[in-house]
Amino acid sequence: MTTSVATEAPIDVNGVTVPNRPGGRVLEVLRDAGANVPTLCYDDRLEPQGTCRMCLVEVEIDGRTETVASCTAFSEPGMTVRTHTDEIVEYRKTLLEMLLSEIDDPSKDGPRSALGDYEFQDAVREYGARPDAFPPLERREKVDDPNPFIARDYDLCIACFRCTNICNDWEQVAAITVSGRGQDSKIFSHFNNMLLESPCTFCGQCVNTCPTGALTNRKLVDALAPLAPAARPEQLGEQVEMKTPDSWAGGASKKRPQSIPGPSGGPVELGPETAVDRTSTICPYCGVGCGINLLTQDGELVGSEPDFSAPSRGSLCVKGQFGSWDFINSKERLTTPLIKNADGEFEPASWDEALTLVTDRLKHYRDTYGPDSLVFWSSARTTTESNYLAQKFTRVALRTNNIDNCSRT
Amino acid sequence: MVGKGAMSNSIEEIAGADMLLVIGSNTTEAHPVIALRMKKAVRKGANLVVIDPRKIELTRWANRFIQLKIGTDIPILNAMAHVIINEGLYDAEYVENRTEGFEALKQHVAMYTPEFSSELSGVPAEQIIATAREYAAASPKASICYTLGITEHSCGSHNVQAIANLALLCGNFGRENSGVNPLRGQNNVQGASDMGALPTDLPGYQKLEKPEVREKFEKAWGTPLPKRRGITKITALDQMIKGEVKAVFIMGENTVVSDPCSGHSKRALEAAEFVVVQDIFMNDTARLADVVLPAAAFAEVEGTFANSERRVQRVRKSVEPPGEARADWRILLDLFEYMGLPQDLHSPSEIWDEVAALAPILSGISYERLDREGGIQWPCPTPDHPGTMYLHKDDMDSGLPGQFAPVDHIPPVEEPDDEYPLFLTTGRRRSTYHTGTQTGRAIGFDVLVPHEMAEINPVDALALGIEDGEMVRVSSRRGSLEVHAKVTDRSPVGAIFMAFAHPDTAPTNVLTNDAYDFITETPEFKACAVRVEKLGVGEAVAD
Repeated sequence: MTTSVATEAPIDVNGVTVPNRPGGRVLEVLRDAGANVPTLCYDDRLEPQGTCRMCLVEVEIDGRTETVASCTAFSEPGMTVRTHTDEIVEYRKTLLEMLLSEIDDPSKDGPRSALGDYEFQDAVREYGARPDAFPPLERREKVDDPNPFIARDYDLCIACFRCTNICNDWEQVAAITVSGRGQDSKIFSHFNNMLLESPCTFCGQCVNTCPTGALTNRKLVDALAPLAPAARPEQLGEQVEMKTPDSWAGGASKKRPQSIPGPSGGPVELGPETAVDRTSTICPYCGVGCGINLLTQDGELVGSEPDFSAPSRGSLCVKGQFGSWDFINSKERLTTPLIKNADGEFEPASWDEALTLVTDRLKHYRDTYGPDSLVFWSSARTTTESNYLAQKFTRVALRTNNIDNCSRT
Repeated sequence: MVGKGAMSNSIEEIAGADMLLVIGSNTTEAHPVIALRMKKAVRKGANLVVIDPRKIELTRWANRFIQLKIGTDIPILNAMAHVIINEGLYDAEYVENRTEGFEALKQHVAMYTPEFSSELSGVPAEQIIATAREYAAASPKASICYTLGITEHSCGSHNVQAIANLALLCGNFGRENSGVNPLRGQNNVQGASDMGALPTDLPGYQKLEKPEVREKFEKAWGTPLPKRRGITKITALDQMIKGEVKAVFIMGENTVVSDPCSGHSKRALEAAEFVVVQDIFMNDTARLADVVLPAAAFAEVEGTFANSERRVQRVRKSVEPPGEARADWRILLDLFEYMGLPQDLHSPSEIWDEVAALAPILSGISYERLDREGGIQWPCPTPDHPGTMYLHKDDMDSGLPGQFAPVDHIPPVEEPDDEYPLFLTTGRRRSTYHTGTQTGRAIGFDVLVPHEMAEINPVDALALGIEDGEMVRVSSRRGSLEVHAKVTDRSPVGAIFMAFAHPDTAPTNVLTNDAYDFITETPEFKACAVRVEKLGVGEAVAD
């Protein structure tokens, strides 16, 4: 029985005790404990890379202490984990400053800041990393790729390779790849570096996993109104309060920032300054039922993003990713009841006129020719509740079972 | 037959299968996110066999691609059953304890030797034999996924039965990573059927014909219910032309574009005396209406959708509907009131509670639970029930038998001949959806698929002198249209493929045949005979 007791020995994370996860990684245990450790190369749908080194933590087991990447290290019973030693905090800050020397200032004003921070910017602010700590290195270039959906500004790329990994390993499309090595590495798409000429299916998962905003949803960013200066997040170099073990232990007394589940499994902090409202709902296309968040700004629908908390785990296809809102905003939407006149032309009518006419006629046919002279076709596009009412209306008010839906066609 | 019109298992379970038999499903294009789970399974070592007339993208991940002639699914499936029975590879214990009709099936498939089926389907007998052995060996971690390539045939319901026979033989029900999984095509086709928007069923698949079911609903709804089963859409169209059906209420469906042989549905709606259409756009069907009611779209309503794996998920209101448009549920409650039957229901949540009280498979689901836990899979009979990942688990205990149903090969109603020498088969593309009402308005999507394309094999294109991209005329006995040719070996020799998402320029369904499955009345969209011609010199090219 000793063995089973040993595998059940809990893990101490900054003084918080949580159960071991046999076969799990340390990062998962940290999240069980509510510990906030930044990650840059991690996406919980992929095998962990362990390359960005941001998730380094100090572990103590059997009296020995070492520093490990928590995303790749396996959790072990009885482990003690320290996530914010002075040394590790300083190390993370230095790493972030080195990354900042490789890229353009990610805090530059742009409408996308209305969506909230990216994981990288979030970490930079939290750790107070200075953009000018190291001399700037040669930059990666923005790609002039005219596809309608994905903007590619590699001047913000920190070479975490989440985009290529999600494309190769999760989607198995391999439209983008890494060319070159080390500091010279670039993200390149097959055939001429234009996504439209590549095998890209525009599932948009590269955009959603990108931690810096190097890849963005072009349609969404174009539709967003920029934030008012007062509402903008702090400039880089201005440190915000660090989410240390102390601050999250006393969570209840502090105002918790709004957050949504992110692709790395942890929450993406939105902060009170976000100017976009998110509504969690379901994609309106096929029967897979992927989760999406509809994004609105001042009551206007501006776009959507995947809902990482849904069973679809953030997956979407091109329709759910880039095509779920334009038709809602279409000027061609029907906005008033219409009644066809004697000349066969539609004329606008009030709801009272239309409902009176419809129900008078339905009653007329029902009572003159019998209920089976009426049929009602319900819809696979509308809600379950509306389908329930449609069949109830047909059976109770029209008094026929002539109800069908479009599942046959 | 076993089960209901829903996946027996869950989407995530596909990733854990040892073998995937994907038949009549262009999954990477029609259900791309389910295809991810298939690709994941393959990466973990699963054996993927794709059975399809077209060399679809998914074949890239397949160990074997069985390219059958259009409409010969039953010969292949029956021959697999033949091999599995003949070689004693079936799950004898399961067959003994959980099924009925094995002897009849055994006798029936005796004639479907791999060689016989090979002649009908054009598939080498060795491929059928190997697939049958692999399917039996991988069971019960063998999952069959299918879509409209199976059901949209005049023998569609027989195709489904042939699939169920295979799964029953190998004990692939009531187990994880297994089952028979029809992937549903529309966001809430599952919910519409769950609610009994069907001529034969009351909510929760409770059969109208059962007196005790009717009695329960009569008591709940406080009114006697009509006894006679209703008519399907297809029958209704015929009865409109005959003058028997006088009035039709169409909620959110572009029948004229989506139904086969568009001329027929248009004539029927014109013959009806009174047509009401409730929709979000003035589409081709709404133009034929006497009254059009403006509806709210998914982003403007509260409610639920049920997905392909029976998961009830919350739909939430993000913006207000435009102008005076109203939510479908609101309009229906208004209609009740104007009919003098006001309902004591005031919100989607209250409507759901009435559903839950009447449909045992949904009784444990509430908005409060959905908001707290996320989507829940039915059956979910009680508030403390976690929902059901895969069906028939309890049948394993109760011994509820699955019924073998022997079926025969029935060729498509219309097959190519001298006059119309090619098959037309229709379907979807990844970036266009259905009749194009939504994707046609999505900015940027025209760049991906600018227009409809008739996909034609290079061999046929060469014979007809057709080059990639040129406009051609496609004609059937029912209609004709002009469309861009796309020369590609995705299409087999002897068949062309078209979607139907560009109805303004290429209304594909003027060509399709209004032949139907005689049980489900699902149209035979997957097979009709057409002729493809070069446009004559000097003829106007419409683009």
